[in-house]
Amino acid sequence: MKVKDFVERIKDISKKEINIMEFCGTHTHEIFRYGIREILPENIHLFSGPGCPVCVTAEEDIDYILFLSENYNFGIITFGDLINVPGSTGSLNYLRAKGKEVIVIYSPLEALNIAKKNKNKKYILVGIGFETTAPNFAYTLIKIKEENIPNLFFLSLHKLTPPAIKAILDMGEVKLDGIIGPGHVSTIIGRKGWEEVFNQYNIPFAITGFKPEEILYGIYLLVITIEEGKASLINAYKKSVKEEGNKKALDFIYKVFKKGPAKWRGFGIIDNSGLILKEEFEDIDIRKIYPVKIESKGNLLCKCGEVLRGVLKPPECPLYGRICTPENPKGPCMVSSEGTCSAYYIYGGNRWKR
Amino acid sequence: MCLGVPLKVIEIKDDNVALVDMGGATIEISTIFTPEVKIGDYVIVHAGFSISILSQDEAEEVLEILEKS
Ligand code: SF4
Repeated sequence: MKVKDFVERIKDISKKEINIMEFCGTHTHEIFRYGIREILPENIHLFSGPGCPVCVTAEEDIDYILFLSENYNFGIITFGDLINVPGSTGSLNYLRAKGKEVIVIYSPLEALNIAKKNKNKKYILVGIGFETTAPNFAYTLIKIKEENIPNLFFLSLHKLTPPAIKAILDMGEVKLDGIIGPGHVSTIIGRKGWEEVFNQYNIPFAITGFKPEEILYGIYLLVITIEEGKASLINAYKKSVKEEGNKKALDFIYKVFKKGPAKWRGFGIIDNSGLILKEEFEDIDIRKIYPVKIESKGNLLCKCGEVLRGVLKPPECPLYGRICTPENPKGPCMVSSEGTCSAYYIYGGNRWKR
Repeated sequence: MCLGVPLKVIEIKDDNVALVDMGGATIEISTIFTPEVKIGDYVIVHAGFSISILSQDEAEEVLEILEKS
């Protein structure tokens, strides 16, 4: 009922042809799962952005992990999504096949016990994710220091979302009329966390929840502002997102990390978009301990970069659905359940034209 | 990895740890970022940590207002 009501209201007010991008991979996934593209009027076009942290992981970073494991015999501890992401010489799964230790965790805190129980081994905890997971890793790193665990090191692949949205808007490859803002990233950074981007680009922006009626509510509010020719920074997910975000979590992030450049798959290096460890954490910072520069060549046939920037839809990739499937992914966008290619494949196959 | 789902808090333990119900299974989470959490609250959990305590459903509220208008 609720969903139908929102759809009716959107149909009533929506006249212009508009392009809206959802940044967040979970939104991409839920939009497909509930068939939201199909129930919206045809003049509303939804584009998927780069909001899947494993999908934007650069080949170099995967290659670096392989290099460390193979040459210095580190066990790798990280989230399951990262296991199948291809670098240019293989994936973490390929490491496993070669007999190396790759441990999947659900919470970064698990790494503490793994290292404590296996004192004769050394481990790298690979931290990945946007603002939503960075505080968890920050807290874990403080614990590593407090508990003085000598055999646990850290690699930060953490990235920040506002710089990526800026990069998309700067590139201007897709003309966007509105943005569906990520609900859980915003829970951490607050509505305030988007003010800088909003003030600079003046594009309608609605922070949105994840239930189908919440997604449609966000789209509805966006359509209203777009039709009125106005721009607002709307918080359509007030039940989780506060003006200032989660201050405690933000404090943890900036106790441990500082902003720095990060390489994004499909984008290259984006300034101030990465979280790197502060000097106080240098003794566990694997990049400081092994400052090796790795040059990687990407897979030329995988169109993930274009998919992540919203320029191509997955079925336009020559590998999609034939050579590249969720069971046998060739690119990161097919690996993670939050990836755009996997969402297309699982929920639609080739029938998505819009 | 980023699928933050609302889960119900069923027990508060010491040291910023709580138990939540995940479809009948009980999992332990850290509440270090939401220390004010109470039993019965719904929290958004990301990779083992609660990042917010959910308040009333706004979309529902708004729809009610729209229906009356
Ligand atoms: S279908 Fe596979 S190869 Fe093509 S862009 Fe997506 S992930 Fe890359």
